Amino acid sequence: MPSTTDALIQEPLIVINLGLKAFADSLEQQQVEVVQVDWIPPAGGDQAVIDLLDQLL
Amino acid sequence: MATGVITRRNQYYDSVFLMGVSKRISGFPGVQQNAVLMGTDANKEVLSSLGIRDPQLDAAQPSDLIVAVIADTQAIVADVLANLDDYLAGGVAPSATANPHTFEDGLEQKPNANLAVVSVPGEFAAREARKALDAGLNVFLFSDHVSIEDELAIKQLAAQKKLLVMGPGCGTSIINGVGIGFANVVRKGNIGVVAAAGTGLQEFTSQIHNAGLGISNAIGTGGDDPSDYIGGLTTFAALAALERDPQTELIAIVSKPPGAKTLAKLIERIRNCKKPVIGCFLGAHVDPQAQFENFRRASTIDEAVNLALKLSGSKPALTAKGPTSADLQRVTQERSSWAPEQKYLRGLFAGGTFCYQSQQILLASGIPVYSNAPLDKNYQLSDPNRSREHTLVDMGADEYTVGRPHPMIYGAMRKQRILAESDDPQVAILLLDFILGYNASTDPVGELLDALLQSKRNASLRGGNLTVVASVCGTDGDPQGFAVQMKLLRQAGVHVFQTNAQAASFCAALLK
Repeated sequence: MPSTTDALIQEPLIVINLGLKAFADSLEQQQVEVVQVDWIPPAGGDQAVIDLLDQLL
Repeated sequence: MATGVITRRNQYYDSVFLMGVSKRISGFPGVQQNAVLMGTDANKEVLSSLGIRDPQLDAAQPSDLIVAVIADTQAIVADVLANLDDYLAGGVAPSATANPHTFEDGLEQKPNANLAVVSVPGEFAAREARKALDAGLNVFLFSDHVSIEDELAIKQLAAQKKLLVMGPGCGTSIINGVGIGFANVVRKGNIGVVAAAGTGLQEFTSQIHNAGLGISNAIGTGGDDPSDYIGGLTTFAALAALERDPQTELIAIVSKPPGAKTLAKLIERIRNCKKPVIGCFLGAHVDPQAQFENFRRASTIDEAVNLALKLSGSKPALTAKGPTSADLQRVTQERSSWAPEQKYLRGLFAGGTFCYQSQQILLASGIPVYSNAPLDKNYQLSDPNRSREHTLVDMGADEYTVGRPHPMIYGAMRKQRILAESDDPQVAILLLDFILGYNASTDPVGELLDALLQSKRNASLRGGNLTVVASVCGTDGDPQGFAVQMKLLRQAGVHVFQTNAQAASFCAALLK
């Protein structure tokens, strides 16, 4: 069941954190359920390859 | 002076980790400057502007680590680069961790997630935001340097899906009592906030907390949201959500100047809002006729705080009417300590909203100020690194932060600029802001203290006195300790105020 804005501001947060780990840490300190994604650039960051991949998917 | 560069293929780290490495390298004797960053196009441009060019850089990709060092001798450069692994020690490359590496894998672990917090490099951020929206998640988009076209497209997608995109460039929000990004520790309450002004949101929510009340939700929209191009898509969605939110009884909007069309539409929307709304549109002209039962205008964040307290049945907590009589006594004392040539104000801000608000307060007192982010376009600094006459600089602006840590996280850039300003014998006043809260520097005052004392000494040696004025944005619950930071400033002879508006008004009185 997809969330909505109303549910977001009225129900407990459950977070997927992409990038800065410090943000996940501060959410955990506040007892928020969070999964840390140690994001790395897709296809080594090569934009042409990423565009191609997006078209294929 | 010698320069050296090293690149490492497929060794990706986040920007906070890279900042730590850069800090460690800058402590090495003889190192003048260093850059530790990923090989994105924006970062490569920064290196080029520093005069660092190397064939290795052309081939570097966003997943490749670049370390550049400028030092007194080639031997020092070689030493630092040869020991790079020691400087990187303690950090684990993301590709080696057990955590998921993609949004899809993260979603598999938390299929019921309702928010994605995105802080990946700007050129990849819109792609990740789209994936989150497609999966039914709201998005807090911290990343900067997302194109305005991408911003519009993802906000339109969010509107179709009845989801919210906070950002891009959204530094802070408080959702259902939880601080995200650079939020201060504030209690829960019944006041809701919509803000297109990150540090404005922090100042408003901190002062509400300090006055004993609390915040239901404070929703950051990103600074470009109220532009006519974006049309306030997030602002309107947030306002509607707070209108429906049973915890919220009163709504405050704090914003940098909105586009004229968007502002008119917003005023009309507020007219039909079922809850009272306070509007603080810094630097914008709001038609004085736009005054109706449920709408109150505030010209500063302090006024907005006082109105919120009043509407909640509490007494106003802030002196919004300018300096007190005790302040005016200090004004006379300070002015008499200046050397004859000292006459200019220099403001160096970590918070963009504080730079805007200070300009507004000074302009209202008839004091024109130059800025890299001017309210009046006639006062645009031609070179952001060179102040002229009265100048206020937003040091969190893009020209300072691409590939370098934001001054809210690390004070090195502001420290250099403070020392540079204090070399100018015409400078009489230095105006600063210090921002506490989650994810901000662990000791923002401590980082700049030596530079402040040195600057005051420089002025004394010239037979004058440098007046330093500052405000601290934060609460007693913040990890840095509000009282400790205030005390450090007072001990250094700084005139400290609880809010930026009070500090800017004090400066206006000093200059009259």
